[in-house]
Amino acid sequence: MITGEQKPLDEIKGLLGDGKKVLVVGCGTCVTVCFAGGEKEAQILAASLRMSTKLDGDAREVTDATVQRQCEWEYLDLVEKEVQEADVIVSLACGIGVQAMARHFPDKWVIPGLNTTFLGLPEEQGVWTEQCQACGNCILALTGGICPIARCSKQLLNGPCGGSENGLCEVKRIKRENGIPVMQTDARGREQPVLEDVECAWQLIYDRLKGFDKLDLIMEIQPPKDWSVSRDGGPRRIVREDLRLIDEE
Amino acid sequence: MTDRASSGYKSGSTLERMLRAGHFAVTGELGPPQSADGDHIREKAGYLRGIVDGVNITDNQTAVVRMSSLGAAVIAIEEGLEPVMQMTCRDRNRLSMQADFLSAYALGIRNMLALTGDHQSFGNHPTAKNVHDLDSMQLIQVLRDLRDEKKFECGDPVKGVEPRFFIGAAAAPDAGPVEWRPYRLAKKVNAGADFIQTQLVYNTKAFEKYMEEVRQLGLHERVCILVGVGPLKGPGMARYMRDFVPGISMPDHIIDRMSKAAAGIPKEEKAARRDAWRAEGIQVCIELIQQVREIEGVAGVHVMAIEWEEAVVSIVKGAGLLPRPALD
Ligand code: SF4
Ligand code: SF4
Repeated sequence: MITGEQKPLDEIKGLLGDGKKVLVVGCGTCVTVCFAGGEKEAQILAASLRMSTKLDGDAREVTDATVQRQCEWEYLDLVEKEVQEADVIVSLACGIGVQAMARHFPDKWVIPGLNTTFLGLPEEQGVWTEQCQACGNCILALTGGICPIARCSKQLLNGPCGGSENGLCEVKRIKRENGIPVMQTDARGREQPVLEDVECAWQLIYDRLKGFDKLDLIMEIQPPKDWSVSRDGGPRRIVREDLRLIDEE
Repeated sequence: MTDRASSGYKSGSTLERMLRAGHFAVTGELGPPQSADGDHIREKAGYLRGIVDGVNITDNQTAVVRMSSLGAAVIAIEEGLEPVMQMTCRDRNRLSMQADFLSAYALGIRNMLALTGDHQSFGNHPTAKNVHDLDSMQLIQVLRDLRDEKKFECGDPVKGVEPRFFIGAAAAPDAGPVEWRPYRLAKKVNAGADFIQTQLVYNTKAFEKYMEEVRQLGLHERVCILVGVGPLKGPGMARYMRDFVPGISMPDHIIDRMSKAAAGIPKEEKAARRDAWRAEGIQVCIELIQQVREIEGVAGVHVMAIEWEEAVVSIVKGAGLLPRPALD
């Protein structure tokens, strides 16, 4: 699924501009499952914005609506009326939904209420981890179903690097709560972010291939990756002629 | 720099010829400044000239911005040193790397070390985007293909003079998974590495085991292995390496030795304690060289004394490796 995290309330408020009527639009798919932008979150954000702008002496009229999928035109039609009545739309969908809203309602100003984070899975209740970067040429068959593009800090195709130790990557992750770094004071009295351990993807790959007696797969040198099928080739597009209704000239 | 390629050498670098002649090679390291001060390099070069056969010029080492390895390597040549230019995959894509190889060769650089690179989160620009278009394995292949096939990574031919480098790579014998490390070395040799510089070795027992497997794979006959050694400045540095530097195995007996070095010197006598520790650090380093030299398949040492270049002469001399052999 696509995961996201809500932006801080103050940031969202700052993005509203001078629109008096605000519509918060949730999405019923991925961001509902990761508790970031579903119906419930849209209602809570709308209430928070109402209260907070009132306290600021800058009260806005905030309503909310949620569609099944913000990334499909037909679902967007269902909120046409609410959208037309609003001055500014806060989309709580992923970046795809935000863009779909902006395109579908070209005369409406649409702002993102989420930071779209990654393609991942729920590790446990309340924890999500990145699994895929949609690189356009899946190599999971070579790496035992563990993706080094998304999960190795250096995207190595011929890992592990010299920074792998005891199963951990040399790179630590900044611990965040609701997207905000957790800070601590170090021995010298400086504020530093708390760091947490990250598994070395290549240790995981090694262990899994060893278990399957398939280490020969990583004895082969993987050639440079063709990044043109990834984002580096420019915005990507899939065309399935068999599914199309109209022929492209 | 003469073109010795025609005489059967891959690059004709001093380092290559030294190793080919069967001499125990010594390389050092020089970190470019975080400024545009060329004299910084000239001063450090004075500590290394005539002491080592090649000097690694680091490439934004620890992900801190410094004078580029290419620029600093050119100054090193002017100062009579032979550079081993480092190139990490963190900062450049395949276009930029190959362009720098062409420049480096044209400017007289003959040794190139292909590295993955420390992650930018360790350095002073932690919010930077990293590149990693190629990894170190692929970079070695690119260097080999440029030299031996005269072609760029895309397959196009080099139009004229091809860059002919003596190709180096790194190895981290103590990093995880330890049992895979000899095979990873084999991959680098298959990719085209001519010489290897290892991560700092302190645990010689573990290193002997590693080398045993390297010999079983026959790699010592296909690549020149230079063992990374470095002087400790005190017990604190030893403990830091044990606890915080991934890929380094620091045995307790070395930490003990460093701690004991200043025993008996009162805490107030800071300078005296410092000197005692440093002297011991140099002595430990000399002994490490002597130990690894006895291991079959070790072709030399790589002395890493970053920000302590003055120590290198004492170490190389103490290990009985001075004067450096003369080449014809
Ligand atoms: S290899 Fe590419 S497509 Fe496959 S999981 Fe990794 S990023 Fe996704
Ligand atoms: S330690 Fe492992 S996960 Fe981290 S960069 Fe190196 S190979 Fe990748």
